[in-house]
Amino acid sequence: MTAALQLSGVSKTYNSGVRALDNLDLTVEPGDFFALLGPNGAGKSTTIGIVSSLVKKTHGSVSIFEFDLDKDLTEAKRQLGVVPQEFNFGQFEKVIDILATQGGYYGLPRKRAYDQAEKYLHQLGLWDKRNEQARLLSGGMKRRLMVARALVHEPRLLILDEPTAGVDIELRRSMWDYLTKLNQQGTTIILTTHYLEEAESLCRNIAIIDHGRVVENTSMRSLLSKLQQETFVLDLDKAIGTTPQLDSYAFKLASSQSLEVEIKRGQHLNEVFAMLSQQGIQVLSMRNKTNRLEELFVRLVEKNLNEGASA
Amino acid sequence: MSQYESVFAASNRVALATIVVKEIRRFTRIWVQTLLPPAITMTLYFVIFGNLVGRSISDMGGYSYMQFIVPGLIMMAVITNSYANVVSSFFGAKFQRSIEEMLVAPVPHATILAGFVLGGVARGLLVAVIVTLVSLFFTQLSLHNVFVMVYSVLITAILFSLGGFINAVFAKTFDDVSLVPTFILTPLTYLGGVFYSMDVLSPFWQSVSLLNPIVYMVNAFRYGVLGHSDVNVFLSLLVMTVFTAGAYVVAYKLLKSGTGMRE
Repeated sequence: MTAALQLSGVSKTYNSGVRALDNLDLTVEPGDFFALLGPNGAGKSTTIGIVSSLVKKTHGSVSIFEFDLDKDLTEAKRQLGVVPQEFNFGQFEKVIDILATQGGYYGLPRKRAYDQAEKYLHQLGLWDKRNEQARLLSGGMKRRLMVARALVHEPRLLILDEPTAGVDIELRRSMWDYLTKLNQQGTTIILTTHYLEEAESLCRNIAIIDHGRVVENTSMRSLLSKLQQETFVLDLDKAIGTTPQLDSYAFKLASSQSLEVEIKRGQHLNEVFAMLSQQGIQVLSMRNKTNRLEELFVRLVEKNLNEGASA
Repeated sequence: MSQYESVFAASNRVALATIVVKEIRRFTRIWVQTLLPPAITMTLYFVIFGNLVGRSISDMGGYSYMQFIVPGLIMMAVITNSYANVVSSFFGAKFQRSIEEMLVAPVPHATILAGFVLGGVARGLLVAVIVTLVSLFFTQLSLHNVFVMVYSVLITAILFSLGGFINAVFAKTFDDVSLVPTFILTPLTYLGGVFYSMDVLSPFWQSVSLLNPIVYMVNAFRYGVLGHSDVNVFLSLLVMTVFTAGAYVVAYKLLKSGTGMRE
């Protein structure tokens, strides 16, 4: 099957001498919901810049579906919609005009472009704002405007660079629902985000890049299964004075009414609950101390940093 | 060559129309900044230079001073407005990064360039019409040669739209946008035969003036309107065409290479 996105041996060295990408290989399958993660300066934005032809690669090849960026740029561009990290629309343009104009750039005749604009303004909850100047929208609305603009020509591959940055929780969740639906309808989505909970709950596959190289590229499930140990916080029904002592489980009193317990691979929470019950301690609720993906991400990046330092 | 690569492919015609409409929408939305000032400035020129000062000036080139300066002032408005439209619009698009909308989309470079240039031409011509209408309150205009008049005003608008585009590509700050108009365009225009016939200059300054391309534009247009030119009209049309072709090549190469836009 043709990959939705294929980067082979892509390198980028800026005029300043900074090597942002170093022989990067990446494949995203059609229909995937893919997370592209990495610390600041890892090369995520450069990668997106190259795919969207805003940054010139130094080496390597990129193809979007079957279209090679060097050989069939126009067709490759037609397959792609990009939601950049920073607002990049005309601030004084009317909301509906921004979308219709974008449709025009993709060859949609005026009537069709305005129909498409209407469709996506409704879907993103911006129809009431259609005649407002874009600069007057709130931050969350501006983000949704950029998503609507990227979709107006109905691309097969949608790349979102930090789509929920600065968006409140309610809007973020409605954006997640929207993107999930879009993906279910067949649009391949690549997402970069600093909210790892977002990547964990939305994406099926993941690549972590650091120093311009892919340090991990696997399914979300298989990545999370690499987690050797998780720390859970247990909220108790009443205050306890001392930390319970249970064989092979490390407990820590987080507060008088909550406990932290480390569960290693192979250990079972059932055992913990049973032993706590025996001691008359009842658990009301439970949560991960930190996001699981976040723990893995930090470890992978630290490992990469240490390897780089010792090399 | 893919069908989409042709500037004349249907989708590219739509893209071109989209850019032109967007450009026209931009300068008409801010008409107080774009269309009103030339009308007021030119009215002042007509009143002060044409009427008050012009009364004490004898005929120039066989025409009343007012008649003589009207074609030059129309051309001056075309030059400044074509240039200003593209330099501010393209630099604004770079500054707000909305140029990325076009660069990410499958719009050929030639179409992007043509769209901005046609936007500049549209403003230049609209201002020319406004200034011409204003001038009719002060004098009567004839029409000596329609082809020369239309060609010279059109090619001048195209040339200075391209000039504005090149300026915007290199501009990094708003100061860079106003440097060329202030320190190059305005002096060249004032010394380009708008207000005087080259006959009043000494032979030395006449020769120096021939190095100024605006002399050819003003004189060609004046020939189209009045039938009077200080320089050979065919040479004028040739100079304008060659300059425009050169400016197009430079602007296209800059856009294609992504200068100031893509690294």
